[in-house]
Parts: sequence; C-alpha cells; structure tokens
Amino acid sequence: MNEFLLIFRRDVKANGSQPSPEQLQSVMKEWQNWIGSIAAQNKLVSSGNRLADEGKVVKPGAVITNGPYVEIKEAIGGYIVIKTGSLEEAAEISKGCPILKAGGNVEVRGVVPMEM
Amino acid sequence: MQEKELLPHLFRTEYRKIIAVLVRHFGFDQLSLAEDLASDTFLIAAETWGLKGLPENPVAWLYAVAKNKARDQLKHQQVFEKKIKPALVPRDESFFSVDLDLSDENIKDSQLQMMFAIADPQLSVESRIALILRILCGFGLEEIADAFLTSRETVHKRLTRAKEKLRQSGMSFSAPTHAETGARLETVLISLYLLFNEGYYSSSRIGVVRRELCLEAMRLTLLLADNENTCTPAVDALFALMCFHSSRFDARTDENGEIIRYDDQDRSLWNDELIAKGNYYLNKASMGSKMSRYHIEAAIACLHSEKANDGLKWDKILSLYNQLLMQEYSPVTALNRTYALYKVQGKEIAIIDAKKLDLSGSHLYHILLGHLYQGVDDQEAVRHLQTALTLAKTETERKRIRKDLSQLQAVR
Repeated sequence: MNEFLLIFRRDVKANGSQPSPEQLQSVMKEWQNWIGSIAAQNKLVSSGNRLADEGKVVKPGAVITNGPYVEIKEAIGGYIVIKTGSLEEAAEISKGCPILKAGGNVEVRGVVPMEM
Repeated sequence: MQEKELLPHLFRTEYRKIIAVLVRHFGFDQLSLAEDLASDTFLIAAETWGLKGLPENPVAWLYAVAKNKARDQLKHQQVFEKKIKPALVPRDESFFSVDLDLSDENIKDSQLQMMFAIADPQLSVESRIALILRILCGFGLEEIADAFLTSRETVHKRLTRAKEKLRQSGMSFSAPTHAETGARLETVLISLYLLFNEGYYSSSRIGVVRRELCLEAMRLTLLLADNENTCTPAVDALFALMCFHSSRFDARTDENGEIIRYDDQDRSLWNDELIAKGNYYLNKASMGSKMSRYHIEAAIACLHSEKANDGLKWDKILSLYNQLLMQEYSPVTALNRTYALYKVQGKEIAIIDAKKLDLSGSHLYHILLGHLYQGVDDQEAVRHLQTALTLAKTETERKRIRKDLSQLQAVR
C-alpha cells in the first residue's frame, strides 16, 4: 500500500449564486459519504483539511501578495491522504469525489516514502 | 433451600470485593494469596452454614472470616519473615496491623484500583477480560471458559500467565489519580467495552451467561462514572452505549435463544427505563470537548432506540458511521455503514460500495450481500448466503442463515 495525496481544486466563483441550506446539507453529505466509503475500505490515512479561501504568498525579496493563486481556478481548496495499491487505484477512488460535480478537479500525487 | 441460592449470590457479589480489599492491603504481588484467602472464606462459609444454618448477617459474617483469615495469614508470614527472611523490611506499619477495612467506600476504591491494575496494556485483550471476569466479577473457570468458547485448562493457563506477568511488571496498587486515569483509563474502557460486546454479540453463549457479562460490564463502568477521578465524558458515553444496547435485551432473542433481527423486534419489549438512563448519560457525556468513539457509537445506539424507523434516522446513522470510520477503521463498522447506506440510498448503491470492502473472508460480509441482493439478483443472494453458511462459526449463526436461505427460496 502506498500513500497518495488528493488535492482538491475548485473554482470558487463557478457556482455564482448562494447555495440554499438544503444544498449545503447535501454537499456536506456527499463529502461525508465519499470519505466514509474510503474509510470503510480501510484506505483513509488522513481526512485532511479544508483550506480557507484567503491566503498570502511570500516571494523572494520580502514580496508578499494576497491570494495564493494567479488564477482562482488554481486555488487549492483542501486535501486528504489515502493509501492504495497503485496510482491508478487512487485515481479510480478520486472519480467519486464530489468536487468534480462542482466543476473542480482532483490532483492525485504519490507521497514519497521515507523508508525505501 | 434458602442457603442454596444465597451462597452463589453472595459469591457473585462479595468474592470480588473481598479480593479487591485484600489485594489493596497485601499488595498487588499477592494477588494469588488474596484469591486463596477469599476462596477459603467461602469454603468455610459453605461448610459452617451447611451445618449450622445461616448467620444473622451473612455478609458481615463473611467479612469477619476474611479479616481473621488475613490476620492468620500475616502471623504465618511474620514468622516466615522473621525466621527465614530477616532481612526483609515490611512495606509499612499498616501492613502488620491487620484490620481489613471492608467499608463500602474502601471496597469501591479497591475495585477501582483493581480495574486499573488489571488493564495492563502489556496483556492481551483475552487475558485482561479473563482477569476482569475472574477477579472483578467472581466468575468461575468454567464460566470464563464458556464465555470464550475454550477449555477450563486454557483459561487456567491464561490466567496464571497473566497474573505472573502482572506480578513481574511490579504494578503498584494505588488509587487511580487524575494523571493515571488519563493514561490507563483508555485501556480500562476498551476492556469493559469488549467485555460488554462479548456478552452482547456472541451468539454462541447461553442466554444467562451473556446477559451477566453485559451486566458486569455495566456495573464496573458505572463504578468509573460515579467516581470523581474517573468520570470522564468517554466513560459516560460508554455507559450510555451499554444502556441503549441492553434496553433491547428482551426483544432480541426468542424463547429458544435465537436472535431476532432489529427490524423484526417487538418494540414494546424495549426497556424504556434503560433508554432514559442512556439518554441521561449521553447528555452528561456531551459536556466535554472531546468526541470519543464511544460518543459516536452511543449516538448511533440512541438513534436505534428511537421507535420511529424513518429515512431521516438512517441518514443520521449513516453520517455517524462515516465519522466513526474516519476515527477508526473496523470491519464491523464498515459493514454497518454499508447497511446504513442501503437504508438511505438503496440496494444498488450499497452493493457497489460493499464490493469494495475486501472482507470476503467474513460470513457477516456475505450475510450483508445476501441481504442486499434480495430482490435485485436473487441467485446472487443465494450464492452469498451459501458462502456465509460455510464461513459461519457457530450453530446459532448457521441456523439463522439457513432460515434466511429457505425464506429466499420460498419466494422464488
């Protein structure tokens, strides 16, 4: 089993209108059920974090800019860590991620193990 | 006639108290001695009461005999210490002033201490539970063997080895303080949780023993909940969980001891008093900031104790199972979550998730799939139930599966 980081990117403004409480509730459930399904397969390493929209980028020469991203679509919204037998399997699991329905994407990256 | 029932009853309730107090007095390395003295006390009682009838206050009588036994033992020991081991220094003055404190309070404290002393993470879970049953619940070897589906000899060996290990590790036998509570309470709670589950879920035991395991687990957990040094929200949550589960005791087996599934249970047999107690302790448990697995499990059990059986309830249950799995994976939780998923989203979706579980070695997995495939693909359902039949470990389970199979085949 190898560990993989799943990075969620989402176009925060893609939806435009404010979601209703019911929609929010169903979004939450989709996420819960997706992560629950991974955990039920004993493949969840960390349920990760949801990142705040605001941020700063520190560049050489003490340059600090607001917003971590050039384009809003590239913003990282959150991440989890899973363990699977292969990169392909990790990608397969990512197909169920609710972010895809919201016009976002999932980047799947293998974690380099410390013990080779 | 009366003596016949009284003595086993007293053995159940007093044996463990006497042992705990003796160990507190003599030190934890003298556990075997304490057991011998307590057993002797009851032997003397059996003989004396058999000959002369019951004393006016049997409990006080037992305590008096135990005190005398302890005093005699110390006299022997003092001779031994003085003549054979002159170099040995007594641990403190009170060691030789033998007046066993058998007050209610000291008994409770001693039992609590014993619970913490036994919960040594070095010991296997089986050993810990066997020790709890033997020392804190006064179970006989036969009964423990019965509870573990093993032989008397195996239990005896397991207990001897465990006691030797405890003796070697030199665990001090002192009142659990706040600091100690934190470190060991977890192990204590797991032991009690497993003790309860052993009684609640294993379908192989005879009804009486099963229920007694559960009651003992509850009694010990309540001891923790009632003590100010050990009453954490996790303890309350665990006790709430036990209350909710045991509220269905009368409804979950029929007169032949066969299991009645949740959906088929007669709800009027659920014990409202225990449900109310569960609610009280679950409320109390929510005072803390930490959410333990017992909190989540108690919340699930609480929802199960609601008589309404609508979709909203299953929605909440599914969400709680998701949380539980995120905290800690277990195959049984994974299966339960899949069942909840079926209740919320239907059989097809649940089947897709079930197939990802990689639990094909478990009969429970195949029972679940057998259930999910009913009405979707009956042939597949039969296939899974037949696999479950070959994997099931006990006759009670096989009986239940055969029943399901014949029902399914009757429909087709």
